[in-house]
Amino acid sequence: MKKKNNILKKIANKAYEFGFVSKIKTEIIERGLNEDVIRLISKKKNEPEWLLEFRLNAYRHWLTLEMPTWAHLDIPPIDYQAISYYADPLKKSKENKNKEIDPELMKTFEKLGIPLEERLALSGTAVDAVMDSVSVKTTFKEELKEKGIIFCSMSEAVQEYPDLVRQYLGTVVNYRDNFFAALNTAVFSDGSFVYIPKGVRCPMELSTYFRINAANTGQFERTLIVADDGSYVSYLEGCTAPMRDENQLHAAIVEIVVNENAEVKYSTVQNWYPGDAEGKGGVYNFVTKRGDCRGRNSKLSWTQVETGSAITWKYPSCILRGDNSQGEFYSVALTNNYQQADTGTKMIHLGKNTKSTIISKGISAGKSQNSYRGLVRVSKNADGARNYSQCDSLLLGDKCGAHTFPYMDIHNNSAVIEHEATTSKISEDQLFYCNQRGIGTEEAIGLIVNGYAKEVLNKLPMEFAIEAQKLLSVSLEGAVG
Amino acid sequence: MSHEQEYIEIFGQNRALIEKPCAALLNAARAGAADRFAAMGFPGAKSEDWLHSNVAKRFATDYGMNLGRVEVKADMHTIFTCDVPNLKTRQAYIVNDTFKDGENSKELPEGVILAGLNEAAEKFPTLLQPYYNTLASEGDNIAQFNTMFAQDGVLLYIPRNTIIEETIQIVALLQANVEMLSNRRLLIILEENSKASLLICDHSSMEKQTLSTQVMEIFLARGADLDLYELEETAHNNCRLGHVYVRQMADSRFNHSNITLTNGFTRNYLNVSLEGRGAEANVNGLAIGDKSQHIDNHTLVDHKTGNCTSNELYKYILDEQSTGVFAGKMLIRPDAQQTVSQQTNRNLCLTSDAHMYAQPQLEIYADDVKCSHGSTVGQLDENALFYMQQRGIPADEARHLLMYAFAGEVIDNIKIEALRDRLHMLVEKRLRGDLNHCKGCALCK
Repeated sequence: MKKKNNILKKIANKAYEFGFVSKIKTEIIERGLNEDVIRLISKKKNEPEWLLEFRLNAYRHWLTLEMPTWAHLDIPPIDYQAISYYADPLKKSKENKNKEIDPELMKTFEKLGIPLEERLALSGTAVDAVMDSVSVKTTFKEELKEKGIIFCSMSEAVQEYPDLVRQYLGTVVNYRDNFFAALNTAVFSDGSFVYIPKGVRCPMELSTYFRINAANTGQFERTLIVADDGSYVSYLEGCTAPMRDENQLHAAIVEIVVNENAEVKYSTVQNWYPGDAEGKGGVYNFVTKRGDCRGRNSKLSWTQVETGSAITWKYPSCILRGDNSQGEFYSVALTNNYQQADTGTKMIHLGKNTKSTIISKGISAGKSQNSYRGLVRVSKNADGARNYSQCDSLLLGDKCGAHTFPYMDIHNNSAVIEHEATTSKISEDQLFYCNQRGIGTEEAIGLIVNGYAKEVLNKLPMEFAIEAQKLLSVSLEGAVG
Repeated sequence: MSHEQEYIEIFGQNRALIEKPCAALLNAARAGAADRFAAMGFPGAKSEDWLHSNVAKRFATDYGMNLGRVEVKADMHTIFTCDVPNLKTRQAYIVNDTFKDGENSKELPEGVILAGLNEAAEKFPTLLQPYYNTLASEGDNIAQFNTMFAQDGVLLYIPRNTIIEETIQIVALLQANVEMLSNRRLLIILEENSKASLLICDHSSMEKQTLSTQVMEIFLARGADLDLYELEETAHNNCRLGHVYVRQMADSRFNHSNITLTNGFTRNYLNVSLEGRGAEANVNGLAIGDKSQHIDNHTLVDHKTGNCTSNELYKYILDEQSTGVFAGKMLIRPDAQQTVSQQTNRNLCLTSDAHMYAQPQLEIYADDVKCSHGSTVGQLDENALFYMQQRGIPADEARHLLMYAFAGEVIDNIKIEALRDRLHMLVEKRLRGDLNHCKGCALCK
């Protein structure tokens, strides 16, 4: 028992690998939030009038809202005036007009293992890297352009493809949607924009890497993916932040539009700084992600591996509007120490013969709280809707919590909805069996947890699956009390 | 003026009238409850627990409240339809909220008290003191409302090592010639190693709108064993807000079945607190709804200590424009190790106007537990229907058989054979629409 506890401690004390701070000259605007700040952000980004109006409307609406309290989370009060809403690591001075990327910045991304340079072309992934509020570099742009695919930062898209952006921005996640969506819409700084034209199958994985570097800043990126008729794209998202004693706020929006016969696969490995073993510091991850399957036979698949963040509040959702459209949600959420997660999905069945699958695997260790919260709604006209949900929780330690809050709102008599959930700890028998065969407890737990999460990990693209597997092992090996 | 304000004023103005006929024990609890109610009000539209059941609206009707305790005459024989053949029960009645003992009732074993709550609170204040309002005081708005206004109800007290073989049946009637609001209060105390089974049938045959709140507090001491069956057969103009709070000590067993056959708007709240090792709770529910019936069951099984077992099974059959709400929570507190807890909720929606809202929830803070829940919403199995028709069973009959079997799983958990048979019969009649002036719903077509 004692030995096991030692292993637990060791793991709990395991340092956050990506916790370094990069010494990069960063331009940060004054802390605080008001209309002038929003005008300033908009001006810095040279935005058209309609976008500024869009931001201001959201801000005015945000002022009328209160922070939601329904989640199973203990969120300390957040002072929204103590945050700086814009940090630009590029700091373009007059002598530095040619937009050279700071070598420190390159180093940062190299430390993170992000192939920013095209010498890493072998990995075959196009990357958009976002540091603090600004997209610093997008790779493989030219190759993608040949196929008509647009993959660029949001600020660039606003300048170069304003009509496309205007057509889709805010149509999936309205600024009235929730508190954090309103906040994001008011102050969003950058993010990625992807447009896949009709009938095009994106030849490589598209990837965005987010990093919060500057202190006392929030990150409010906005991603918009549009998959036109018959297209396909697989999109990956990764994130890290330095170790800081104070909490950092991350409130993003991801909007996905899936048209007829199109398919989008969105994978996330979320590894924001989770805070230290005493629960000090860490990122507050309050994210609104939603896809709208507008066309017939469209398909959207969310896969997420959530290991980071002090607090996670995130429900990647699918609106299944087109007939025969499909939504999928595969999630592994791991919490350790004092981390809290309230995550899940919403499957809104509107079209006929729509299908959704939810597989959620929660792993709680230390003193963490891990909740699954998911909604399956079948509207009156969604004939033949089908849903299968499975939510399993694994408890590693007697001080943590695992909770399941599914909601089923069924308004159609032809719907078939199934939900099941189980909660248990790692079986002594399995551990004993591994030990017997000379596999140490620590390694055995890694094995069992990876096996437990395999159903989800299998859905990730190869490179991400390996990263995710490593992450799980790092955070969990031996964490059985 | 808001509805809660109206009732707070009624309470303030009529306090003397309310308290005059009542025992000190009942009156002592009112002030605190009134304060808590004033702070809480009726549940708002944003309250997650009441999201699908707008209860404040139910209090909008200008109800009469029999605060002056005018005696209501009830003819048991014409109204009473709750005769269970082959089941010899020890009967008693509650008319609105007033207790009346059954005619020709046999003597109960020595020390057992089955009486009106108010009368018992006058006679045995020290016996009731440690129990009355100890669980409900922590309760929600409706529980506080009930405590403010409750004037009578039932006390069932069973001393240690006493076993009552005969089922005790309490027939609750709603009777008045105006729109009426009544507040019933039941207190059930089983001392160590005692055993009883209790059947409570809710009836109303009134033309007028009625609203009844009911708070039942149940205390099961070590090794006590209670079977509780609640059966609702009221009318479409009735609103029932029933709260049951249970505290179970070590090795006690609580077996609960809540069956809603006909009603208007029902909200049942069940709170089972497992506080001693080895306690076991089996909670079951069946709801059959058509027309605009609204059936809402909220349950909380609270595992406060380890080595306890709980099983939960709730089933709904919803037809026409009926609405079903199920929210069941299994709460496993820190250190409640070795808990075994299972929850199942299955629902049949028969029309596209029937709505089902299901929220089976697990909240777990201990690791050495076996917990699971499952929930489904669907229709009758096409293959089974086809198979039965192939074998010469007409489609309608096949549908009935399947629905009957679906409901049967809950009824089969009832321990008393005669009652089980009776319920099988009632459910079959209900599904065929023979019950309670059915005007031919889709269920019985």
